[in-house]
Amino acid sequence: MSRILIIAEHDGTALNISTAKCVTCAQAMGGDIDIAVFGDAIDSVAAEAAALDSVNKVIAVSAGHLAAPLAVNWAAEAVALASDYSHLLGPSTTFGRDLMPRIAALCGVNQVSDIMEVDGTNAFRRPVYAGNAIVLVEPGSATKVVATVRIASWKAAGGSGSASVENAGASSSPAAHTRYVGLTSEGGERPDLQSANKVVSGGRALGSEENFELIYGLADKLGAGVGASRAAVDAGYCANDMQVGQTGKIISPDLYMAFGISGAIQHVTGIKDAGTIVAVNKDSEAPIFEIADIGLVGDLFNVIPELENLLG
Amino acid sequence: MSEREIMEYDVIIVGAGPAGLSCAIRLKQEKPDLMVAVIEKSSEIGAHILSGAVIEPEPMDELLPGWRDDPPPICIPVEKDEIWLLSQKGRRRLPTPPQQKNHGNFIVSLGAMCAWLANKAEALEVDIFPGYAAAEVRFTPEGAVGGVIIGDMGVGRDGGQKDTYMQGIEIHAPITILSEGVRGHLSKQLIRKFDLDSDSDPQTYGIGMKELWRVQPGKARPGLVQHTAGWPLDSKTYGGSFIYHLDKDRIAIGFVCGLDYEDPEFVPFEAFQQMKNHPMVHEMLEGGEILSSGARAIVEGGYQSLPKTEMPGALIIGDSAGTLNVPKIKGTHQAMRCGILAADHIAKTSSVEGFDAMLRDSEVVRELYKVRNIRPAFYKGFWRGFIRAAIETITAGKLPTTLSIHPDDSSLEKLAGYAPPDRQWVDRDLPPRDRLASVYFAATAHDEDQPVHLQILEPDICSTRCVEEYNNPCTRFCPAHVYEMVEDGGSRELQINSANCVHCKTCDIKDPYQIINWVTPEGGSGPNYQNM
Amino acid sequence: MKILVGIKRVVDYNVRVRVLPDGSGVDTDGVKMSVNPFDEIALEEALRIKEAGKADEVIVVSAGGDECQQQLRTGLAMGADRAIQVQTSEALQPLSVARVFLKIIEREDPGLVILGKQAIDDDNSQTAQMLAALWDRPQATFASNMDIDGASATVIREVDAGLETIEIDLPAVVSVDLRMNEPRFVKLPDIMKAKRKPLEVISVEDLGVAIDGQISVSQFTPPPQRDKGIMVEDAAQLVQELKNRGLL
Repeated sequence: MSRILIIAEHDGTALNISTAKCVTCAQAMGGDIDIAVFGDAIDSVAAEAAALDSVNKVIAVSAGHLAAPLAVNWAAEAVALASDYSHLLGPSTTFGRDLMPRIAALCGVNQVSDIMEVDGTNAFRRPVYAGNAIVLVEPGSATKVVATVRIASWKAAGGSGSASVENAGASSSPAAHTRYVGLTSEGGERPDLQSANKVVSGGRALGSEENFELIYGLADKLGAGVGASRAAVDAGYCANDMQVGQTGKIISPDLYMAFGISGAIQHVTGIKDAGTIVAVNKDSEAPIFEIADIGLVGDLFNVIPELENLLG
Repeated sequence: MSEREIMEYDVIIVGAGPAGLSCAIRLKQEKPDLMVAVIEKSSEIGAHILSGAVIEPEPMDELLPGWRDDPPPICIPVEKDEIWLLSQKGRRRLPTPPQQKNHGNFIVSLGAMCAWLANKAEALEVDIFPGYAAAEVRFTPEGAVGGVIIGDMGVGRDGGQKDTYMQGIEIHAPITILSEGVRGHLSKQLIRKFDLDSDSDPQTYGIGMKELWRVQPGKARPGLVQHTAGWPLDSKTYGGSFIYHLDKDRIAIGFVCGLDYEDPEFVPFEAFQQMKNHPMVHEMLEGGEILSSGARAIVEGGYQSLPKTEMPGALIIGDSAGTLNVPKIKGTHQAMRCGILAADHIAKTSSVEGFDAMLRDSEVVRELYKVRNIRPAFYKGFWRGFIRAAIETITAGKLPTTLSIHPDDSSLEKLAGYAPPDRQWVDRDLPPRDRLASVYFAATAHDEDQPVHLQILEPDICSTRCVEEYNNPCTRFCPAHVYEMVEDGGSRELQINSANCVHCKTCDIKDPYQIINWVTPEGGSGPNYQNM
Repeated sequence: MKILVGIKRVVDYNVRVRVLPDGSGVDTDGVKMSVNPFDEIALEEALRIKEAGKADEVIVVSAGGDECQQQLRTGLAMGADRAIQVQTSEALQPLSVARVFLKIIEREDPGLVILGKQAIDDDNSQTAQMLAALWDRPQATFASNMDIDGASATVIREVDAGLETIEIDLPAVVSVDLRMNEPRFVKLPDIMKAKRKPLEVISVEDLGVAIDGQISVSQFTPPPQRDKGIMVEDAAQLVQELKNRGLL
């Protein structure tokens, strides 16, 4: 019977949704699921973790030096717990990608990165070559499995569980050689294009820099990041770093809404891993409708204001 | 501007294609102590090479005698030749003319072959430098060609220096070989400067477009060489297709179209795509996938258009001069021969003088002479051309007349009063859907923050005269959708998507006002063809 | 101090990667191979640190077959002083690479090891972290800025929530992200100079590293095709559809 330990990602106050997604992946793997919460003053986070479906137990390890999510300290704690578990999971976010390999090395094993799909006992599928190939990875059952979970591939587990919470003190002392200084959000309240879960994008059909305000307005209403096609960037409607596509950013938000973008393959390459692609374009023959999950043939200058109204 | 750093060589060769590499190899074989370098603008040898290609092996046997035991990666002996005359739905097999009898020849990927030749050259200690573009010719104080100047790198779109700015070095050499392929940009400048074409006809070209496909198992018949003529072209447009069957379920398929076509609305790329949708071809390709695609101009003027190939300090060889044999659609063996001859001459005389005379007395030009009237015969349309071509073939080019070659840039009919023929084109369903989708498979890459390498010498013409007279044909003849006329508040302006460029040179050739000047972008830019 | 930079030979980022029909891997036939782009950034950073006078030697290291010497020579042409090829015919996974690097560290005693944050073929993003763990030293991953001050460094890391700043004591392992720098172009004369710089070849056996614990990777398949989508008539239907899918 697998015994899975998920290392929770949180900001001190609330759990990151990535943890709930790890739970879903763990459910697919089968076995007992425990969650480890490391930090300082983590009662609310531990409680949130305990409320996730199918979780058996939450181990809350609290200490001053664990407040900052430094991989060196958290890895030491995870390794101290590891002997009870056959599987250690973390999310494939910058947090998990920083932490889990350190744990894997300390456990003497290679790591399975970016699990997209569970394909049987200790058989996982994951993307390589920037998603241009999917491979089957089989770590076998002889050694511990340390893995990260590809967030875009899993839904978040529900919150109707009632696991027990076990409190503990730290097993390790703080590593003197690494010190946390601080975190700054990148300027502005709008989510960063590269990591946003929702993105609204505009194409050349917007017609002008002023008209691009329509895209910003809708994005803000949705709490989304903003992107653009190369044509819009070349036409000067918005900045270069907003370009999505082969020569711009390759993104995989849960929701991607493309307004007035024809969907040339160079653009589509940038969004082929997006969860749901919505396309609004006046031209019913536009190639974007070939890959859009939801398509609307219409004039963006009418559709966007209507959407804003409906969203209240 | 600081003084450029200088590197010195005995011979500097511009362009790592078959001509340049053969020349380099031969030079080192004859004179191992000679310092020889080859510079190449593509990021890797072969990345800008695009050709059918069926090659005649004799020059290879001469240059690298053991080559058949260690052949280039893609090298399939020709098993069968077929020539087809197509109509919209039908086809008729034609007898194979002698120039298309390919027994003893090989289907290769010229790109892979050039990479293979480059390894041989490096083993002989030729210095090969991919990723560096020869931007300008360096002249000696006496006015002779004295080497080249490598383009500056890390220059911004506005011409300013980016953080990565690196000034291009100067390569000094007493002998420079221009082997840039068709319509080389330095060759173009030097031909003008030294008046090398004053005694020859204007050069004429075609556009060659190609796709490499992986087809369903069993559809490819390795060693089969097919050519088609007729549909989808009309009788006044020269061209046809090639379909070369390789190994591993791969087919190299392409289309050549003379750039002397007259219809201003004609889209060569579309003609290529139409051909693929002919029932005979569609059947081969359906269910397959495109591995790579691209385009490159082909030089067709042959004997009459061959400029003088020597000038003080330099030689122009291969397709930069125009040595391709049109009825055979083969230029590689000629380019290699030319490169070998140039090397022999330099090894013997340590100079370029006398090369041109020697070239004109050689097998290279004898071969061109024999077929000199075949291409211009088609100026009178397909059937008259076909008949004249047959006569020229039977008489082995010994008839006394020599037809002249017309330039391409003046061949377009103006819109007013021109009625295009009924092309009988069909709705098609094979990929790529359009030029943008096609260019994706060329894997062409240009740092977008660099000066636009397509210079429009008189930009006003585009939205005034050209739109009236020809409706901006550049937006149609470019296979990579570089040129677009966009609405910008009431007026239409030319937009240049230079990042799409596949370096085919068609625009430099076909533009009716000759105001498009192709110059080399930053070294390493351009297509990344694989096995093309 | 010495800086070790790890470089990996990978399929060039411009190549349209294709899965082989038998699923045994991707098609690398005739395909351009280059230095992993993140590794170029790592090397560029090392060179800048040396040019600022804070290091005296930059050593590039690659584990692989003799073909990777091509990439090591590129590293030397960019400005590295020395190259080491750890010769192996097996494709090493991150834990083995980390063990290899640990041995090199024991030999060379560097003050800093800079790696790319991930290789664009396997996309693992593990080697730097693993090396730091085995070495029992700090790790600073996804770094976009690094400031060395004597025996420690302040590193700014690109994380999902923004930019995180940490301080690490040297020696340490840093993995670099895209925004760290823009690698320099190589000057032609430097390509010639690189041919004369030392390139040492050591077999992985002679280094004393046992390659074990490699995870089985098989069945390469192309990415799943997206399912066919639906069309909606108007904004209201669109909003309803998004709500139904839990996206609004």
